[in-house]
Amino acid sequence: MHIPDGYLSPQTYLPLWGVFIAAMAVAVKKVRQEVSVRNIPYLGMAAAFSFIIMMFNLPVPGGTTGHAVGSAVIAIIFGPYAAMISVSVALIIQALIFGDGGITAIGANCFNMAVCMPFVGWLTFRLICGKSRKPGRISVAAFFAGYISMVFAAILTGFEFGIQPLIATGVDGNALYCPYDLKIAIPAMAIEHLLIFGIVEGLVTTFIVRFFAKQENQPIYAFRNKNTDE
Amino acid sequence: MNKLQKKITITLLILTLLTPAGLFLPVFFNAGDAWGEWSAATVKEFIGYVPEGLARYSGTWKAPIDGYTINSRDASEVHQSGYYIISGLIGATMAMTATILFSKLIIRHEK
Repeated sequence: MHIPDGYLSPQTYLPLWGVFIAAMAVAVKKVRQEVSVRNIPYLGMAAAFSFIIMMFNLPVPGGTTGHAVGSAVIAIIFGPYAAMISVSVALIIQALIFGDGGITAIGANCFNMAVCMPFVGWLTFRLICGKSRKPGRISVAAFFAGYISMVFAAILTGFEFGIQPLIATGVDGNALYCPYDLKIAIPAMAIEHLLIFGIVEGLVTTFIVRFFAKQENQPIYAFRNKNTDE
Repeated sequence: MNKLQKKITITLLILTLLTPAGLFLPVFFNAGDAWGEWSAATVKEFIGYVPEGLARYSGTWKAPIDGYTINSRDASEVHQSGYYIISGLIGATMAMTATILFSKLIIRHEK
């Protein structure tokens, strides 16, 4: 899901840089309000975790590869704004140091995986789990938080790829950037994430949320009661 | 570092040592690049030409450890696993350090 340089037109990647920077400004403000100094080491570990888990490329046999991202689980445990910062840092280092994802596409990649994905994951978790603290309910909510957020981010990425032929085609009819249109890009991105990578993300999310739910001195952000904590 | 943080750090280190699985599973199952992450040469194979913007932008940035390896021409699988693990250690450490420094700048209260 790391869009490389040259696949997105400036008309696409520049606005997405803008949206990403605006979202980060909000995240910084929110994290300052709601995250304690005590939790800083965990945010660092979350960034390291996201970096490492994205190195586990999984195959679609005979086809493409993909990997989990970890955005949903970080959002559930430490909050969506903290997740935005941790995952963005991981993605920016991947682009700058390891050439994974383009420099021009940092805004787009962070928007997809570090802004939208944690939010969708966190909202899904809250919606399914509600006020319940039953392990079964937590597991189901965590699984779908991972699954739905992953598929959402994949479709969003497919959309960004797919609009390129509409935006930028040369006079000879050749594509200037991503050559595949929406009819190809969206199903390609959606299907592999619906069938494989979304499920992996769901399982990873469930496993880690269940582990943190058992930790007594490290409360889960999504279980916070807004009225009493703030 | 408290008990939980120690546990997480050890788990992350173990995961880093296991990352070569992410290198070899795709090879074993004959899987190619991630969708939309092909090189310009691969795109040319698919559609017969390299889109102009792709040709222009794809060399924008020369990453110091491109593709999580310090020598992509090294055919040894053991060496490549080593490069991948080292990349993981460097990347995870950088991600952790950068996040902690950035968080320290913005977080002030000890609630």
